[in-house]
Amino acid sequence: MAAVTPILPTGTADPAAPAPASSPVSRPRRMRLWRGVVLGAAAVYFLVPMAASFWFTVHSEQQGFSLSTYAEILTAEGFAASMLLSLALAAATIVVVLALTLPALLAVRLGAPGLRPVLEVICTIPLVVPPITFVTGISTVLRWGPDYLAATPFWATLIAIQDETFPVVLVLAYVVLALPFVYRSLDAGLRAIDVRTLVEAARNLGASWPHVMFRVVIPNLRSAIASASFLALALVLGEYTVAALLGYQTFPVWIVTISGANGRLSVAVSILSLLTTWLLLLILSGAGAKRKDSQ
Amino acid sequence: MMVSITGDAGEPAAAPRGGRARTGSWPAAVPLLAFTALAFGIPAVALVLGAFTVRDPQTGVSGFGTSNLVESLRGNYLSTLVSSVQLSAVVALLGAVLGAFLAQAVVTSRFRTLRESVLTASGVLANFGGVPLAFTWVATLGNSGVLTQALGLGEYGWSLYTFWGLVIVYMYFSIPLMVLVMVPAMDGLRPQWREAAGNSGATAWQYWRHVGIPVLAPALLGGTVLLFGSAFAAYATARAMVGSTVPLVTLQIADALTGDVLIGHENIALALSLDMIVVAGLVMAVYLPLQRRSSRWLR
Repeated sequence: MAAVTPILPTGTADPAAPAPASSPVSRPRRMRLWRGVVLGAAAVYFLVPMAASFWFTVHSEQQGFSLSTYAEILTAEGFAASMLLSLALAAATIVVVLALTLPALLAVRLGAPGLRPVLEVICTIPLVVPPITFVTGISTVLRWGPDYLAATPFWATLIAIQDETFPVVLVLAYVVLALPFVYRSLDAGLRAIDVRTLVEAARNLGASWPHVMFRVVIPNLRSAIASASFLALALVLGEYTVAALLGYQTFPVWIVTISGANGRLSVAVSILSLLTTWLLLLILSGAGAKRKDSQ
Repeated sequence: MMVSITGDAGEPAAAPRGGRARTGSWPAAVPLLAFTALAFGIPAVALVLGAFTVRDPQTGVSGFGTSNLVESLRGNYLSTLVSSVQLSAVVALLGAVLGAFLAQAVVTSRFRTLRESVLTASGVLANFGGVPLAFTWVATLGNSGVLTQALGLGEYGWSLYTFWGLVIVYMYFSIPLMVLVMVPAMDGLRPQWREAAGNSGATAWQYWRHVGIPVLAPALLGGTVLLFGSAFAAYATARAMVGSTVPLVTLQIADALTGDVLIGHENIALALSLDMIVVAGLVMAVYLPLQRRSSRWLR
């Protein structure tokens, strides 16, 4: 009974809720109460762990309140090395994944629409296959190397990509894992511009293909490329499974390693990495909103 | 219309318009295809071959057989698989229901800022898996966590390192994921439908039963399946949080991979992985058609 809204809102039915423009029907009071409960419970569930873990890092029975844990991070053993490794892997991953995906997507738009289903399958599979099974496959290949490839030139390659200082094998894995996200952002970006006209115009005016790519297509896709790169960066900086099981000390692996000796420090690093991701994504959505406004 | 591209007519990527519709630019996609075949195809083939390769412990001779797969579906290994499926199912159902309620609360809210901030936060939190998530919760509800200490939960036998502890933690990325799936779908529910139902004398329950839920059904199911998949594949959170106290197939694979198995059983990790892919593949086979269906209503 109370749930059925009046057909003609009189404006006096609910003085606290002036009829909003988006919905001409004023919502009943019970509905608002329910909404308040849901939002309140969600706020508690999502905010309490953050507040509590921050408290965990800054408060101790002996010392009381202190931010020293955060100061410790920079000088902590292994932090700089693992962070640099993760950042280098992220940079390499972004370059490779963009260099592979962008031409393929352009090809689909410009002259080979038949390839689209193929690309979609390729860029969906990494979402279906759990990363742990992917790393199982990779380590099998690496383990079989000595048995089957020892006498061939592939053997040297296999050794080279497992170099401790810069494990190329991780870049290969991360590019595969990043494909779905990069594909989607670039595809959305390409949908927003008339890439065919742009390319044809540039080509008719005599521009070479590299010129078309770097001076015409990429500048028009700047924000899509930025969002693809951010997503890939967040993915690489947070990826634990592949690196841990292949035995490389990337940033997330390092967090787990130190957690045994210094729990407080690992929680502090976790909070900071959440804040970093949050910031990256806020910048990203800010850039997206600006693009929408300018259209 | 005549378009003549002068100078480099021989270049395959710039074939004249007539022939370009089908051929022409596909070579640009070759690097991506080759890369995927190399970086994804080879490990996948190795995984499948390895899962079917059996080494005789006495003679050391390898041959093809299904005994790895049979073993991976038996005893201890089977129970980790079942436990993973149970955990993912509970997470998916709870997360779908709670996420749908939250999405509904956000969609019907009149405050634009609330909507924007919940969506942004969901975007962040849905990606907030992995190691940091585990440590945030350990600091909150772990054995020496802030809330555990403050509320004296330890005396009631509370432990985060259990099945239900993992459910609570997995909700932290599952609910936001569900919100992200549901909000566009719920935006597709036109206010006019509700008004039409109301004008025809339907109660709120009847509206949801006959209009709202059927329209949202593909998104609801698709979201549930997505949550199942993400909980099923999660490894880092569980590893950093519970170690091995909760048997999960991902933890079992990692243990088997790092050498914690009997001689002659090295390939059990591969067989377990294949089991996982089959489960995840079945789940996705449900999801993709649903997603296509739900997008029909969202124009």
